[in-house]
Amino acid sequence: MSVKPTKQKPGEPPTTGHSWDGIQEYDNPMPRWWLWTFYACIAWAAGYMVLYPAWPLVSAATPGLLGFSTRGDLETEKQRFAEANSAIQAKLVETELTQIAADPELLQYATNAGAAVFRTNCVQCHGSGAAGVQGQGYPNLLDDDWIWGGDIESIHFTVTHGIRNTTNDEARYSEMPRFGADELLDSTQIAQVVEHVLAISGQDHDAALAAEGAVVFAENCAACHTEAGTGSRDVGAPNLTDAIWLYGGDRETLTETVTNARFGVMPNWNVRLTEADIRSVAVYVHGLGGGE
Amino acid sequence: MTSPDTETSNLYAKREPVFPKRVSGSFRTLKWWILAVTLGIYYVSPWLRWDRGPNLPDQAILIDIANRRFFFFMIEIWPHEFYFVAGLLIMAGLGLFLFTSAAGRVWCGYACPQTVWTDLFIQVERWVEGDRNARIRLLRQRWNGEKLRKYLTKWTLWLLISVATGGAWVFYFTDAPTLLVDLLTLDAHPVAWITIGILTATTFAFGGFAREQMCIYACPWPRIQAAMMDEETITVAYREWRGEPRGKLKKGEPISPDQGDCIDCMACVTVCPMGIDIRDGQQLACITCALCIDACDEVMDKIGKPRGLIGYLALTDERAERAGETPRSAWRHVFRTRTLLYTALWSGVGIALVVALFLRSPIDINLTPVRNPTYVTLSDGSIRNTYDLRLRNKQGDDRQYRITVASEADLVLSLEGTTGDVVTVPANETMTQRVYIISGKGTPAAESERTDLQIWVEDLTASQRVRAETIFNGKGN
Repeated sequence: MSVKPTKQKPGEPPTTGHSWDGIQEYDNPMPRWWLWTFYACIAWAAGYMVLYPAWPLVSAATPGLLGFSTRGDLETEKQRFAEANSAIQAKLVETELTQIAADPELLQYATNAGAAVFRTNCVQCHGSGAAGVQGQGYPNLLDDDWIWGGDIESIHFTVTHGIRNTTNDEARYSEMPRFGADELLDSTQIAQVVEHVLAISGQDHDAALAAEGAVVFAENCAACHTEAGTGSRDVGAPNLTDAIWLYGGDRETLTETVTNARFGVMPNWNVRLTEADIRSVAVYVHGLGGGE
Repeated sequence: MTSPDTETSNLYAKREPVFPKRVSGSFRTLKWWILAVTLGIYYVSPWLRWDRGPNLPDQAILIDIANRRFFFFMIEIWPHEFYFVAGLLIMAGLGLFLFTSAAGRVWCGYACPQTVWTDLFIQVERWVEGDRNARIRLLRQRWNGEKLRKYLTKWTLWLLISVATGGAWVFYFTDAPTLLVDLLTLDAHPVAWITIGILTATTFAFGGFAREQMCIYACPWPRIQAAMMDEETITVAYREWRGEPRGKLKKGEPISPDQGDCIDCMACVTVCPMGIDIRDGQQLACITCALCIDACDEVMDKIGKPRGLIGYLALTDERAERAGETPRSAWRHVFRTRTLLYTALWSGVGIALVVALFLRSPIDINLTPVRNPTYVTLSDGSIRNTYDLRLRNKQGDDRQYRITVASEADLVLSLEGTTGDVVTVPANETMTQRVYIISGKGTPAAESERTDLQIWVEDLTASQRVRAETIFNGKGN
C-alpha cells in the first residue's frame, strides 16, 4: 500500500509513503555517525586484508603481514601444553612405578593422560571400555585375570615390549604347540584333554573321557599350564580353571585351540610412545579394576 | 506502487547536540538519590569483605572465573548451580516487564546505567561550562584559550570517571585490594588492563558523546517495551486537553480565556536529555526521566496555574479527564491482571530459587554407572559393576566420606585405590572415585537383568549422609 504522504507539520520529517492499517512510517534520515562507523568498518577490513590471510590463491591464501595461521596457532598451543606438562612428566618418569599411586597429583595426571593415550592407541584391539573383544583373543583389561601379570610393573613391561612381536627382542614370548595340526596328539587324545579342561574349569563334562584326559594333560600341557591347570605367568600360559577365557571355554573352541594353537600378538609401544606416556597408560590400565 | 512524492532530503543527518538545562524538583531530587545509590553500590561493592574462613576468598561479592566460583556474601555458587544465575536473569526480565507494564519506562528513566552515567557526565559538563545557554555559546564560539581550557577540563573529568568505571568493574573478578596494588605498581594481568581500557573507552564515548543516540539507535529495549505497555500504563505525558491551544504569556496582559495552560515556554524541551518535545505525545526517544514534569511544575507555580500539565498519567486517564470524568486511581492502574501475573511469575521464580538455595545438599555427589561394558566377569565367576562417583567437597577443609551400598541383594562394595570404604576429598575440590560392586557367582543379582541399589555417602565430620539410586546389571542383561 502506498499512499500520498499526509501533509507534514513544519519541522516534522516526511513519511515513507507506506501505510498499513493506517500506520505510517517516518522517513527519518540515518544518523551521520552511523555512516562513519560504516567507513570505519571498511578501513578495518582493508587493514585486516593486509595483516591477515585474506585472498585465496592457487595453493594457499595470501599470508598477511602478521604471519598468522591457524595451523601455527595449533602448533603453539601444542607446544604450550607440552611445556606445561613437561615437569610432571619428568617426575612421572623418575618416580618408581609402585610409588606413583602414593602421590595424588601424579596419580591423577597419569590416569587422565593414560586414558587419552589408551583412547588413541589401544582401543582398536582392547575396545573403548577396555573390555577387549570376547572370544576373539583381545584380552579384557577390566577383570582380575592376567596372562602376563597384573601388577603395575608387569603391565608397564608388557606395554613397553609387547607380546610375541618380531620388532622387539625383549617382547614377552611363548608359543603353544599345534597339537592337532602337527600331529602331536590324535583326535581321541584331543577330545580327552578337552574334557579334562572342561572338568577342571567346573563345566559339564564326560567324566570317563576327562579321566583319560588328565593323563594326556599331565604329559603334554602341565609343563606350561601346571599340573593343576592354573597356568603360569612366566610363560604366559593362561589359567584354565577360572571363569575367564581368551578365546572361549566351550568344547568346540577348546578343541580348536588345542588342535591349531593360538598366537596372539601385541606391538611394542616403546617405539611409538614416550616413557611418560607408557607409564601413564600402565597406571590407567592398572586402575581399571583388575590391577594387582 | 508509486514513488512517494516527498522532497528529496539528506539520507544522513548530523546529530543535533542536546544541552539539557538545569532543573530542580522532586523528580530531579529522586534521580540524584538513585544516581548516588546505584553508583555507590557499583563502586563500593567489590570492597566489602566477608570472612569465609581459611582457603576461601574474603571478598563479599566475587566472580572467581579462574576457580569457577561465584561468591555473594554467605552464598557460594558452583558451576553446576548455574541455574541460579539463569533464574536471576529470568527474574530481572520479569521484573522489567512488571515495572514497564505498570509505570512505563522507569528503568530507562531512572536506573539504566546509560541514563545514570549520562546524567553524571552532563552534571560535570554543566559544572565546567555552565548551564544550557553558556554551553551553546561555548560550542558556537571560535576556538580560543577559554574554550580549549573548558573542553580539556571537561574531557579530563569524564576520562577520570570512565577510568574509575572500568577500574571498578575488574575488581568484581579478583581480590580487589590485591588488584589495586597490582594496577598501581603496573603489575596487573593484561586482561585487567584490556578490560579497563575497553570499559573506559565505552563509558567515555557513550556517556560523553553518544548519550541519547544509544537509547534511540542502539538499544533494543525501547522497541520491546512497546509490547509491555498498554493504555492503562502510567507514563510521562502532556495533558493536551488542558494545555492547548498553547499561547505566549505576555507581561501585564491577562490570559485570554480560550488559551490553554501551556504558555509555550519550552522549559520542558530545554531540560530534556533526549532533546525531544513531550507535547508531541509518547515517542520512542522518550525515556520517561520525568525532568520535564519538574520543569513544567516550576513554570505552572510561577504563573499561578495548577501543577501537573505534564505528569504521570495513563492513556485512559487522559481520555477520562478530557471527558470531565474522574480518572482511575494510581493503584487501579498498577494492580491489573497483567501486572499481578508478572508479579506472580516473578515471585514464583524467586521463591523457587530461595527454596533451591536452602535445599542445597552440603554433600554433592553424582553417580554414573560405567556402561562400557555393563558388567565384568571375574575369574571366580562373580559379576562386577563399575560406577564413577563424583564427590564435591564444598567445605573449606578436607573431608572424609564413607561410601557404602544398600540393597536387598547381597552386594559387596570396594573402591579403586584403597582397601577401606573411606576416601578423603581435599577442601573445595571435586574428586572422581571409581566404585566397584560385586555379586558372587550364581547369586540372583549376578544372574538377573538388573537389581536396584543405593550408594550412600556419609560425611564423617558433619555426620550427614546422602544417597544415589542406581542399578546393578547382571548377566541377564
